[in-house]
Amino acid sequence: MDVNDIGCEQALKRIFEFIDRELGDEDRGAVERHLHACRSCLSRMEFERALKDRLHALSRGDVPSRALDRIKALIQDF
Amino acid sequence: MPITKDAFEAQVLEILGRLHGVAMRLTRNEADAEDLVADTIVRAWRARESLATPEAFRAWIFRILNNTFISDRRRTAARGQMEPLVDVDVDDERPFSMFERLHQPFLLWFGNPEQELLDKLMREDIDRALAELPEYYRVVVVLADMEELKYGEIAEALQIPVGTVRSRLARARAALQEALWTVARDRGLLIPHAPKR
Repeated sequence: MDVNDIGCEQALKRIFEFIDRELGDEDRGAVERHLHACRSCLSRMEFERALKDRLHALSRGDVPSRALDRIKALIQDF
Repeated sequence: MPITKDAFEAQVLEILGRLHGVAMRLTRNEADAEDLVADTIVRAWRARESLATPEAFRAWIFRILNNTFISDRRRTAARGQMEPLVDVDVDDERPFSMFERLHQPFLLWFGNPEQELLDKLMREDIDRALAELPEYYRVVVVLADMEELKYGEIAEALQIPVGTVRSRLARARAALQEALWTVARDRGLLIPHAPKR
């Protein structure tokens, strides 16, 4: 067992920082090793990441034609 | 050399959907979202010399959009017309987690309940839950999850310490999951199915 290995509580505390790619190499490695060994925490991480992806997807959408026309006219005047 | 008008227009039109999508979630209102995007584009054009490279356009214009929204909001809040973008005291002891709720033993789901629920949740459900959040939570979720900004960038935009971004985001995500859980319950999505024979 690696001295940096962590349990479920520690892994779950860092799960969002892991998903957000905010952990340093050492902490990231410790969480990754835990996820390889723990099915439950891996499922939790995959769920949280899928939810983040769904939120990210909200930014993809059509622009109403009125807004598009307004922006085009605005840039024409620059 | 600053970006040309044609190149500026092409870049704007390419990401206008995303700019508008983010502006809609920040303002929760079509007219205000349109004004925010228009204001952002005017400011971006005036500041075009600060665009380092064409590849940096997306991050650059989103930074202008965020700053425009936040400074407008601060002005409005200073006039007392809206709630300020600050935290309230909350109980962090047991943050709400959809995953944990789904895995309570008495629910007796079979298979993969969290995947089943994610499959059933529609874009409108997630939008509704997000819109229900107080602004100080909604903004941080939009910046972190819709725009995928780093904590340091969010801290800079909101002028708060990185540690505050981390804790506010954790509370905001718990609040979002609680709102989403209510939406899912109201739509009858939390009734487990029996396993297929």
